[in-house]
Amino acid sequence: MIRLTFEAFDPGALLTAFCQGRAEVGAVATFTGLARAEAGATQTLELEAYPGFTEAAIGKVADQARGRFGLADLEIVHRIGRIAPGEPIVFVATAAGHRREAFEACDFLMDYLKSKAPFWKKEHGPGGPRWIEPSDRDHADLQRWDKDTPP
Amino acid sequence: MARVLLFGRLSDLAGWREREIESPFLSALRTRLTADDPVLGEALAGPGVQVALDQVIVRGDAPLGARTEVAFLPPMSGG
Repeated sequence: MIRLTFEAFDPGALLTAFCQGRAEVGAVATFTGLARAEAGATQTLELEAYPGFTEAAIGKVADQARGRFGLADLEIVHRIGRIAPGEPIVFVATAAGHRREAFEACDFLMDYLKSKAPFWKKEHGPGGPRWIEPSDRDHADLQRWDKDTPP
Repeated sequence: MARVLLFGRLSDLAGWREREIESPFLSALRTRLTADDPVLGEALAGPGVQVALDQVIVRGDAPLGARTEVAFLPPMSGG
């Protein structure tokens, strides 16, 4: 399931719900990203999505992850709107038969979300607002997955 | 009328987010937007800015229908 939300979410509750009724899965890996304060430079993060387009783009990569890692299931929840430092901004859960596939799929999905997913991120700080674009590190992280199948 | 949408820094730059503009082609729409606001026009042609017509990414020129949604998408950054 892929969901964008203006509301704060509880990653623990999402994980508990995701693990329900999975007698054959064996492995669930999760990642939770928190909004960083950057030592006071960021008072609020603001995330913009393109409704419909953003979910569809993430859905395509989720389908790739399902096939590539043989996932039984996955869930992606992403905040949009204004987010305070310390609040969860993204939650990814992957379910697979064994841990390696679950870990790798979670890592793959996060690398995609950081540099290619259709979101626009603005940092509001003491010096005014600033748009954030992916770092060289984010691009390099995504390229790790190109060796086998382009993401 | 095409429905033009600006995202991220493009909407801040233009001072608007959504506008209805009559234009038969994407190229003509770009010319029109540039004539109205040269700074925006330059930004729309800048590196990493993609265009989606009815939520599908296109490259180069394309005809615009009466109700086409034209979205200008600057470099993306999630997570």
